[in-house]
Amino acid sequence: MLQTLTRIPVANYSNIRVRSGYSLKIDDTEIALFKLTSGEVYAVENRSPHPKGGVLSEGLVSGEYVYCPVYDWKISLKDGKVQAPDEGQVRTFKVELEEDIVFIIR
Amino acid sequence: MKKLVMIGNGMAGVRTMEEILKVATEPFKITIFGQEPYPNYNRIKLSNILQGDTNFEDIIINPLDWYKENNIQLFTGETIVNINVEEQRVVSNLGREVEYDELIIATGSKSFILPIPGADKIGVTGFRDINDCEMMIKSAQQYKKAVVIGGGLLGLEAARGLLNLGMKVDVVHLMPHLMERQLDPVASSLLKAELEAQGMNFLMEKETVEIIGDERVTGLRFKDGSQVEADLVVMAIGIKSNIEVARNNGIYVNRGIVVNDFMETSVPHIYAVGECAEHREIVYGLVAPLYEQGKVLANRICGNLGEPYQGSVTGTQLKVAGVDLFSAGEIFEDGTTKSIMVYNEYDGVYKKVLTRNNMIVGVVLYGDTKDSTKLFRMLTKKEDISGMTSISVLQSECSAEGSNDDVASMANDELVCGCNGVTKGAIVEAIKTQGLTTLDQVSHCTNAGRSCGRCKPMVSSILAHTLGDQFDEAAAQKTSLCGCTTLSRDEVVAEIKQKGLTSVKEVMNVLEWNNEEGCTKCRPAINYYLGMIHMDEYKDDRDSRLVNEKMHANIQKDGTYSVVPRMYGGVTTAADLKKIAEIAEKYEVPLVKLTGGQRIGLFGVKKEDLPAMWEELDMPSGYAYGKTLRTVKTCVGAQFCRYGTQDSMALGIELEKKFERLDTPHKVKMGVSACPRNCSEAGIKDIGFVGIDGGWEIYVAGNGGVDLRAGDLLCTVKTQAEVMEMTGAYLQYYRETANYLERTSKWVERVGLDHVREVLANEDMRKVLNERMDKTLKKYIEPWNEAIQSEEIQGKYYAKHTIKVGE
Repeated sequence: MLQTLTRIPVANYSNIRVRSGYSLKIDDTEIALFKLTSGEVYAVENRSPHPKGGVLSEGLVSGEYVYCPVYDWKISLKDGKVQAPDEGQVRTFKVELEEDIVFIIR
Repeated sequence: MKKLVMIGNGMAGVRTMEEILKVATEPFKITIFGQEPYPNYNRIKLSNILQGDTNFEDIIINPLDWYKENNIQLFTGETIVNINVEEQRVVSNLGREVEYDELIIATGSKSFILPIPGADKIGVTGFRDINDCEMMIKSAQQYKKAVVIGGGLLGLEAARGLLNLGMKVDVVHLMPHLMERQLDPVASSLLKAELEAQGMNFLMEKETVEIIGDERVTGLRFKDGSQVEADLVVMAIGIKSNIEVARNNGIYVNRGIVVNDFMETSVPHIYAVGECAEHREIVYGLVAPLYEQGKVLANRICGNLGEPYQGSVTGTQLKVAGVDLFSAGEIFEDGTTKSIMVYNEYDGVYKKVLTRNNMIVGVVLYGDTKDSTKLFRMLTKKEDISGMTSISVLQSECSAEGSNDDVASMANDELVCGCNGVTKGAIVEAIKTQGLTTLDQVSHCTNAGRSCGRCKPMVSSILAHTLGDQFDEAAAQKTSLCGCTTLSRDEVVAEIKQKGLTSVKEVMNVLEWNNEEGCTKCRPAINYYLGMIHMDEYKDDRDSRLVNEKMHANIQKDGTYSVVPRMYGGVTTAADLKKIAEIAEKYEVPLVKLTGGQRIGLFGVKKEDLPAMWEELDMPSGYAYGKTLRTVKTCVGAQFCRYGTQDSMALGIELEKKFERLDTPHKVKMGVSACPRNCSEAGIKDIGFVGIDGGWEIYVAGNGGVDLRAGDLLCTVKTQAEVMEMTGAYLQYYRETANYLERTSKWVERVGLDHVREVLANEDMRKVLNERMDKTLKKYIEPWNEAIQSEEIQGKYYAKHTIKVGE
């Protein structure tokens, strides 16, 4: 069965503030949306890959990284990779910008 | 869930568990039985304890919290007496029965005690666990003369420790040379000369046949008829695997519990690892091979058969001050070996490398072990050395460049830290990606150098080499605020004051942070220091606070939050209770619980419900989540209690109203009791007040948590006004001088109670401290109310957007 990609408008770019995470629920998937100081926007699944889980949207943002608020894992928002010495991977979502609208591709 | 049981709670076993937790795809229900009443500690460091370099707390590897966090059921002080192989059940000496799907035996070993008459006398011990250590330390306070039997690695380390404890020490050795299994006669004689110079006395080629004395040992008799006096006898001849439980239950044993290359014993579902296991006829007693075994076993238990364990070549070093020694592989020449040797008698340096077929098969280094890591690597990797000159194999010059070249020529996959399996590549990667500049940080991030410490010089060299010109020798050794800077706490605070820095961003910019936007360690700390220094002029940077303080609620592990309203002094009303009850029902709060600090907590609240709940509660935040004054616990006191000498509730309420919301380096808990019966447990609070006839006693630096500590009496005052004045000054002094995240108990121990007393005895000092405190207190506004009023805050922190796309 083929999966079609959908393009979902989720926010106005000018409304989201830098260095904070927003939690969105698209159907059954929780997504955390971040705007970096550089202005880039990234979206990842709102769940830490730590065995005990936890959300990411409330984490501290530094550069391209977010620190998982419960276990302090450092995670790259660009590729979802957990930084050493911890290991793991967060699912990432493609983000597109058109005019002032932020789309998530799923 | 599969049930995994482990007998033994030592280094090899617990490391195996750590590996299992790392690779397991499904969780296990884990139970561990340990004979000793402690969590897993670092046995390698026992000789450091004995030699007085460290204490027991510092050598704990897995604190009790670790077991809790990983849902491991730990039974300490309990041994397993029976394994029911058919029903897959173990039975402990207390009659506890636990079923298993997989069973790991990691019972370790004990000191081998000579089977001679008198070996059971008081004052005869092995050197194996913390008990032995404590017994030796205690003996040294009462007695003068110790005899160590065994001139091997462990015996010499024990002997050095006993010398440090002020005892006279004889070392008895059966063979003509010390450490004859690791050293050749030349290195051995150099070692003996050095240790004799340090004050050890050696009785070589002596076989002990009897230990004499009545209840307690008074001496030893040797085979040749000679005798020697002793108040303490330490047997350090070797180790003996603990195999009884395996042997008694039909598991095949030899010297140890026999295992194959996947650490499986002769019985299905039962494995052995560590010093109790015998693999290809070898029982290993050093940490590196045991950790390798642990890795293999973890993979086996988790169902992915990886590489089998094929045995290890081990390297040895002696942990005695003034002795630099390393040995690995073969020691003695035979017809097929060729050796490369350097012997500099004048400097006391001796190096021998044994080769066979152009490969290194043995290394003995004495007096200069700088090349040990390199040579050990060449030995284990069986590198071909035919192209090398003997000079390049044995670099004898001691220049820093030499070691740098070594580091440069190392391949990335080469092991630097054998204990924890950390490669050069992993260290370089961590230094580069995380901007590390100190040894401390590297150890923390990669685990390199955290077990035996032998690789620390090598890690330092790698750090120096990777950083190049940016490497700062002095800075590399100090404790910096975090990995983003080389500056310490005091330096950062001084710079903020001197340069008049006013925001987190500015601090990181001006002080040249190597990580532009900081990390979870420095950002909250800088935010705190700025608020402390600039008092009411600083605008708090909410996004530099960690989740709980940012959200003004405690995050729970499932991402929900808890709500704890303020309840001054723990005093409430029927009307408030009704309101809380109604709101708990309306929002279907899963748990309502009284907290440890005498407050009511509503647990399991969704993030998006927080502002609405706060609005309906119409109560201030209880700050149960903050680095601030948490609660003031009070007893009923003179208003109702027949014992109360003071009005504890009134003082508690006044304290809580004055100091609520104040930012402090770490959480601050208070307690007020109206009499010395102390129902509010004021003796284990950061600040505790105890009412006495005609006044109040003020206790400080108590702690009821991880570092249990009884408070110290700071002073006794007469009036409530004096209580407030002293408390304000004390808290402000703590705010200004403590490190961020340093509890008052640790702070007082660091700066000294007498020092704090001295500062607070000065009336002018108290006055200026209180002025700064009052100025700071002006800036706070109630955060829940602020969130209710501000759409911006609600949108940014508490909103959740749900989007339906449809299936």
